[in-house]
Amino acid sequence: MKRSLALLEIVRMTLTILIALLIGYIFLLFSTKDVGEAFKWFLYGPLSNQRRFVEFLNNSVPLIMTGLALSLVFQAKVFNIGAEGCLFFGGFGAMLVALKFPQVSFLHLVVTLFSAALFGAAWAFVPAVLKAKWKASELVSSLMMNYIAYLLVLFLVNNYFRDKAAGALVSYRFPQTAWLATLTRYRLNSGFFIALSVAVLIGFILYFTKYGYQIRVVGANKKFGFYTGINVVLTTFWVQLLAGALAGLAGGIELTAMYRRFVWQSLPGYGFDGIIVAILARNNPFLVIPSALFIAYLRVGANIMSRMTGLAPEVVIVIQSVMILLVTAEALLERFKKRIVEREAMKGE
Amino acid sequence: MKAIEAINVTKVYPNGVVANRNVNFSATVGEIHAVVGENGAGKTTLMKILFGMEKPTSGEIRIFEKPVQLNSPHDAIAMGVGMVHQHFMLVPSFTVAENIMLGIEPRKNLFSLDFKRMEQIINEYARKMNFELPIWEKVMDLPVGVKQRVEIMKALIRGAKILILDEPSSVLTPQEVNELFVVLKNLSQQGITIIFITHKLSEVKQIADRITIMREGRVVGTYRNEELSESQIVELMIGRKFEYDISRVKAVPGEPLLVVKNLNYFREDGAHILKNLSFSLRSGEILAIAGLEGNGQKELVEILTGLREKASGEMLVDGKNVLGAKPWELRQLGISHIPDDRIEVGSALDMSVAENMISDRYDHPPFSGRVIYRKRSVVEFAKKLIKEFSVRVKSPTTLVRMLSGGNMQKVVVARELTNEPKIVIANQPTHGIDVASSEFIRKKLLQMRDEGKGVLLISTDLQEVLQIADRILVLYKGEIVAHLQNENLTETDLGFYMLGAKRQSQEELKELLVL
Repeated sequence: MKRSLALLEIVRMTLTILIALLIGYIFLLFSTKDVGEAFKWFLYGPLSNQRRFVEFLNNSVPLIMTGLALSLVFQAKVFNIGAEGCLFFGGFGAMLVALKFPQVSFLHLVVTLFSAALFGAAWAFVPAVLKAKWKASELVSSLMMNYIAYLLVLFLVNNYFRDKAAGALVSYRFPQTAWLATLTRYRLNSGFFIALSVAVLIGFILYFTKYGYQIRVVGANKKFGFYTGINVVLTTFWVQLLAGALAGLAGGIELTAMYRRFVWQSLPGYGFDGIIVAILARNNPFLVIPSALFIAYLRVGANIMSRMTGLAPEVVIVIQSVMILLVTAEALLERFKKRIVEREAMKGE
Repeated sequence: MKAIEAINVTKVYPNGVVANRNVNFSATVGEIHAVVGENGAGKTTLMKILFGMEKPTSGEIRIFEKPVQLNSPHDAIAMGVGMVHQHFMLVPSFTVAENIMLGIEPRKNLFSLDFKRMEQIINEYARKMNFELPIWEKVMDLPVGVKQRVEIMKALIRGAKILILDEPSSVLTPQEVNELFVVLKNLSQQGITIIFITHKLSEVKQIADRITIMREGRVVGTYRNEELSESQIVELMIGRKFEYDISRVKAVPGEPLLVVKNLNYFREDGAHILKNLSFSLRSGEILAIAGLEGNGQKELVEILTGLREKASGEMLVDGKNVLGAKPWELRQLGISHIPDDRIEVGSALDMSVAENMISDRYDHPPFSGRVIYRKRSVVEFAKKLIKEFSVRVKSPTTLVRMLSGGNMQKVVVARELTNEPKIVIANQPTHGIDVASSEFIRKKLLQMRDEGKGVLLISTDLQEVLQIADRILVLYKGEIVAHLQNENLTETDLGFYMLGAKRQSQEELKELLVL
């Protein structure tokens, strides 16, 4: 039965993606005459040349990191969705060190990224403490913290670190010692490999260490965890800090590798996309990698479609939303599941 | 004539549990029909199907010999089926009359209810059925037995000709049970068909006309009461010969392990839940706390295990006051806890049996090194426990969710008894599980006692208490009202104390701490 249920799950996923694409297709029908051409670029764009392929991989880097952060808190059934704020604040932390720390090669970069993680964790500390001490809903407080991070960082960057010589509202350029390398002439973000290793590390922690066991018990049943002697409050506290650090690191990697300045004038949205990535991955850190790649593929595909045909890339938002709806729709194909279960149950007759 | 009938009914739940397999069942008009079987035999599911709460996967239901399609309890009520659930569905702050008439209230006009008419209707019914009800009292002030009668009346006034009662006696004292039976006899004489689920066989023999026995989702057979003896019923229920062979050697109690002094607890709403409790638990004995549900047992257990805070008094373990300590601190002192709710508290349903078995010791060898969690040794250990506690499960990696109640409880018990506890606090350890598992768990508790542990047994099951306890405390409204040695006691003796009809004097109770 296990095998037929797993098969059903795969069928369900495929069906979900197909339905989502179909709805995307229908949307395109309304907006252009040459749907075939647009759709071709959308589906095949990221594979059409090396530069685009690298763009696709680069896009997945922050998604993997925030996806990991969120799957970690979701595993513990903590609904801290402050990854966006942590990422933003982490980016700020990276900028501070990048601009102010003595320019020692390698060490400078390490401290910069470390600072990003630290700032991310510090930002997550607030909702985590509010939750642990006063049982404040982490959902609300972490959401609010996103906006505080946004406005606070913008204020600081625009008033104290703004590069007046630059044509846009951005910080001073980071010195070269704080750059995270980009590879090949298409500038592949080497943070991609950091993200992959972090995913493996988090997966390892979750399934192969006692701390991971603790997190899973807390997520499975908090009452049970407390009863059986696990410090539930402390566990959820640390999980949020760790997730904050991951999100902060995502911000640091993105800035030191891709922009080398603090460039964000609005929330980049990776923290929110991380929620989608985590849901698609069913909160499994190992599955976060394909899940983030998939979302990145859609994103980049939409961008290429937009560039090649002049269509708005927003159609991808529609496709994504439909997919989330269907993935979370537990009842999809429920009838078949029921039939499999019933057949199996009666087999013993 | 047949009042209600199930023909070839099969029910498969979404999680794959087959609760009913080709069940045939019928009750004739005006009879009292007992449905017996172990927990998990499918009795409740069958009743839920007859009441429209669950739809059968296949099969047919007939009411008064007419095939019907029941989509909800509304349909069933409309056809004259009523059900009294184990847990009452009453609004505590409403009066009896308001509860009975809820949803079908007679009105004077759009805005006001016709209370006079209400009283009239209820009284009329009550007279017909030989019932007595305190119509204008609030339900929350009533004893359980009366609440149950309110529930019965609620069903009757909605036109029930067939009354289904789900374990009606489980919440009652022996005295209240007798009153209930008088009521049921009366109703059946009025032509009301009564179907009741139970697993107390003495009651079945006492009142039922016919008996349907279920086992593992099937109907074993339907018999006239006179045809079977109690032991024959048990054999049919569990499918083999069964002798209750829990023998108990006299306890050799030693040093006190746990001493509770002047324990008081006030709930957040100000209610005084535990009143000045003092007692001691010694090594090598089973001390039972008996009482009807809701007399403070739940709170007491939660306080003693660190799950509930803000109690006052003293809880001494090794001479140190540990009241208010956290659960993990108490576990380190060797206090283990079998909770009464194995689903909400005692296990993580979506984790494997193996992972559930080590939740209190996962962080040290052999299950974990300094950091690494060793899944293989966890599974090895679980295999051993599964065998030792004869848990019926395919593999240690099966999710606990897939287990029956009895096996789930064995997983909890296996964990709690194998971490070398000094004190075992067992709250309703055999509640709602099959006979064989119950017997197994009781034997294990006795074994713990004989090994010199102290066992605090909290139970509403008097049979269980009388079977394995050495001393018995009776808790009534948060007070200890009796302290008895378990010698020549009967359920009725305990019943008086449990109802608050009798209590020992302060002098008699004083010896509790001196022991």
